[in-house]
Amino acid sequence: MTTRSVGAPVARSEDPRLLRGEGRYLDDLGHDAFQIAMVRSPHAHARVLDIDVSGALEVEGLIAIHTFEDLPPRLQEPLPLLLPHPSLTAGRTQHLLADGEVNHVGEAVVMVTATDRYAAEDAAERILVEYDPLPAVVGPERARAAEHAVHDDVPDNVAAHLEQSIGDAPAAIGAAPNRLRFRLDIERSASTPMEGRGTYARWDGDDERVRLHTSTQAPTSVRAAVAAFLGLQLAQVECIAPDIGGGFGVKIMHPWPEEILVPWAARELGHDVKFTEDRREHFVSANHERAQVHWIDVGFDDDGRVLGLDVEFIHDHGAYIPYGLIVPIITSTQLIGPYKLENYRVVFDSVYTNTTPVSPYRGAGRPQGCFAMERTIDRIAAHLGKDRTEVRSVNFLQPEEMPYDFGLTFQDGRPLRYDSGDFPASLEKLKQLVDWDGFEERRAAAEAEGRLLGIGLATYVEGTGVGPYEGGHVLIEPGGTVQVSTGLSTQGQGHQTVFAQIVADELGVDLADVRVVTGDTRRFPYAVGTFASRAAVMSGNAIHLAARRVREKALRIASEALEVDAEDLELADGQARVVGSPDTAIDLKVVATLSNPLRYAFDESARIATQFANPGKEGQPPVTDDDEPGLEATDYYSPMSSTFANGMHAVEVSVDPDTSDIEVVRYAVVHDCGPLLNPRIVQGQVLGGVAQGVGGALYERMAYDEHGQLQNASFMDFLMPYATEVPSVDIDHLETPSPLNPLGIKGAGEAGVIPGAAAIAAAIEDATGVVIDAMPISPSQLHEQRLTTAQDRPGDTT
Amino acid sequence: MKPSPFAYHAPESVDETLTTLSELGEDGKVLAGGQSLIPLLNMRLAAPPALVDLARVPELDTVEVTAEHVRVPARVTHERLRTHAEATAAIPLLRQALDWVAHPVIRNRGTALGSIVHGDPAGELPALLGLLDGNVELVSTQGRREATADSFLLGPLESDVRPGELARAVVFSRPAPRTGSAFEELARRHGDYAMAGVAVTVTLDPARNVAAARAAFIGVGGTPIGVELTDALSGQAFDALEPGEAIGLARAAIDPTDDIHATASYRRHLAGVLLGRALESAARRAAEDAAAEEGTHT
Repeated sequence: MTTRSVGAPVARSEDPRLLRGEGRYLDDLGHDAFQIAMVRSPHAHARVLDIDVSGALEVEGLIAIHTFEDLPPRLQEPLPLLLPHPSLTAGRTQHLLADGEVNHVGEAVVMVTATDRYAAEDAAERILVEYDPLPAVVGPERARAAEHAVHDDVPDNVAAHLEQSIGDAPAAIGAAPNRLRFRLDIERSASTPMEGRGTYARWDGDDERVRLHTSTQAPTSVRAAVAAFLGLQLAQVECIAPDIGGGFGVKIMHPWPEEILVPWAARELGHDVKFTEDRREHFVSANHERAQVHWIDVGFDDDGRVLGLDVEFIHDHGAYIPYGLIVPIITSTQLIGPYKLENYRVVFDSVYTNTTPVSPYRGAGRPQGCFAMERTIDRIAAHLGKDRTEVRSVNFLQPEEMPYDFGLTFQDGRPLRYDSGDFPASLEKLKQLVDWDGFEERRAAAEAEGRLLGIGLATYVEGTGVGPYEGGHVLIEPGGTVQVSTGLSTQGQGHQTVFAQIVADELGVDLADVRVVTGDTRRFPYAVGTFASRAAVMSGNAIHLAARRVREKALRIASEALEVDAEDLELADGQARVVGSPDTAIDLKVVATLSNPLRYAFDESARIATQFANPGKEGQPPVTDDDEPGLEATDYYSPMSSTFANGMHAVEVSVDPDTSDIEVVRYAVVHDCGPLLNPRIVQGQVLGGVAQGVGGALYERMAYDEHGQLQNASFMDFLMPYATEVPSVDIDHLETPSPLNPLGIKGAGEAGVIPGAAAIAAAIEDATGVVIDAMPISPSQLHEQRLTTAQDRPGDTT
Repeated sequence: MKPSPFAYHAPESVDETLTTLSELGEDGKVLAGGQSLIPLLNMRLAAPPALVDLARVPELDTVEVTAEHVRVPARVTHERLRTHAEATAAIPLLRQALDWVAHPVIRNRGTALGSIVHGDPAGELPALLGLLDGNVELVSTQGRREATADSFLLGPLESDVRPGELARAVVFSRPAPRTGSAFEELARRHGDYAMAGVAVTVTLDPARNVAAARAAFIGVGGTPIGVELTDALSGQAFDALEPGEAIGLARAAIDPTDDIHATASYRRHLAGVLLGRALESAARRAAEDAAAEEGTHT
């Protein structure tokens, strides 16, 4: 009997290939392609006065130099505004190459094509661009002060202003017995995947087609954009996402200027062209996220119950806003977390700054929202002198209240409606896992050793599995191999393994016989993309539904061949067989062969399906009206609304009282994403997320100076945590199924990162007594804050 | 991040290296491990017309330990020196410092002398040059000279290697009897360049009181900053140090600046904390050294 694999900790089938160095990433393709290098702006804000390429013309290997003026009219149009929204009244997007003005350091100005990247950089270095620098707008508050404008025609720097509310927060706060007001800050960070952006295009002049490989989370949409810019029919464009060395959100931004310019140049030059971004470029020209400033006003009763919450924030979206308002909308709506807020108002301005544009990075606005909400709950607890878990408990939405509709609009344009979850049970598990009640003993023990120990926790709810849809195709070949495809692409999450598990269980075949292809428009042209922790929910369910159809067809054909009722048959061990009588069986590959009536016996196994061997039923055509040849099916999954996963993290930190050095010594996670398709993969997702959460709390910041220069555009100074900085993590799961999809699952991709900054801030605060209202925090900053706090409280010594 | 064009030379002896460097003059740049130079080339922050790689000069491989010195030629990697039993027994501070240098992958390629020539203000090895009364041996077709820390380390990422010269070896002096040492630093991440760090040596008199003490700070000035602490600590018992005056002296002597990782005032504070910890460890080790010494004499 084939063992059921869904739910089992199946090893990732992609790993042996990737770990042996057999992955095919973008730069592994197109060895003979011309390569491009960009001349990028060194200024945050400037007019481009003149471009002198004469010094570059002698460089050996130079093929072409293009400026904005050299592009055809369609390519002089700005990039699309991918996600229009009624409140996005002043949306501006960048041009493929700067049109007389640059708005951030790293914006592409000139494209150089050469025989290799060395020559392209040699030529790029010799191109002289004359700039007239303009004042740079840096930071959300300077943007809103609007002393200078990023775009001349948006003088207030505000692209969008959006307000949502439940009940009447100002009135509820005014009537509340307790009220607190404070400010919170989160700095910029970025996805920084191991592999940067990259695009490789081959123009086939004979077929008049372009084949595009690109390191993207949205290949079908890139394909459509390329067709639109290049004036091609969709049928003339193929887009494939090869192995991708991480995305973490930044590769859902598309099309990048290079994704249009590379295939255009390939067609113009009649030669393969490739762009492989380097790390320095990635820091300034691939999108960032996170920077927000929040002002909180909260009213609560003496039990800590939030009676009204009013949040105003500024979202810094950088120089352009191609990805619309998704990040601040997610912040606005997911800030609520697991709490039942009946009076809530949230208002944001999304503002232009002369910095690299912003689009989702794993967590996508949620870490900021979680930070705002959880710091608020901690302040309430401190104000009332209550245990922080108690204040959370009194505010929890209860499991019997699910599904719960908040009356807000989520990032998918649909109602914010929690489908399931058991927050009190999750908190109880977390308290056990981290031994919350035993903490004071540990604190005392640490104090005796001269260490300051603190504990903190943070909770979150994450809307996952965002629509509109994904599809799946499942085909059993006559050779027995099961081919599976879905349109969204994979960036290392383990989709090949998980999707194969789903199909293997449905069809009763061995996992090794299932081949999964993702992100190849030649195989599956309809898709939305990989983001919002949606691949398992969306494609997983679509593939599940497609596999079920294949199963039904296989049973029907097998029942005819075996002359038994389909209800008496099961699929197992690669066969359709009679339940309880496994000797009466037919191999699935024979069923696949029979599913396709043949004229020609091209090999021995095909003979059984040829016209004289298998003439079909009398009085019916070989393929009946309601049937199709082949043992295959396509199906789609489209949800009514997102499904909401949740989780809670608890952290202990140790602070050196003399140096203010911060060490995370204990990290516990309780996570509920419904039934686990593969516990090992979920664990990997959570651990990776925690690592990024630690990065966002203690290390990673995009350090812009007042002139818009990024001062740490390298991995030497942008501090991604090493293995030595990431704690070991205890994980426990709750499995509350979603009623929204056939598999009952919820997304798990972003969960681990969301509460990191909030929980670590709480632990540092608990250890030092210093109020932590900005993240990330360094030992130097903590030291200065402790000094300030000690001065404010003369009785204390630190 | 591709380097500008450069010529590549891989001589097979010191003599051939010197001839090549002499011919190249200003154009030649020695490559010895490349853990700092190659990133600089790739980012086009440096564009020397020619590299002279020491990868095929095995005569620069052998660490020599004598009664007075430890001599470390140009090809000796951080990791080989860190795990060189005889050298680290002769000068324990070598091991104490090298434990802080980056990560295994970098230590396996980067060279100890290369780090001194590179002259990063937060590098561990440059601090040892002055603290251990070291000399850098510089040779060219024209002759040979030696340089001390004061004359060799000119500023951040700047050392006195002249056109045509090869920094062939660094020679560290072995410590006096009854000496202990320690290296303390704090970096943002394990193995990063430190926000502040300090190497110290403490020498005791036969009664186990401090006879001499010195420190060299990294990350708090353009070059390592040596501070003489003997007057501040002289006569104090090894196990009851009162480092306040020494810390005050040190905080006055160093010259930290603000950067994105830490403020100048934090670095100054941190340097003092680290000095206190390092002195305590060094004094304890000095006492152990004294005990061991007495043991061998009885």
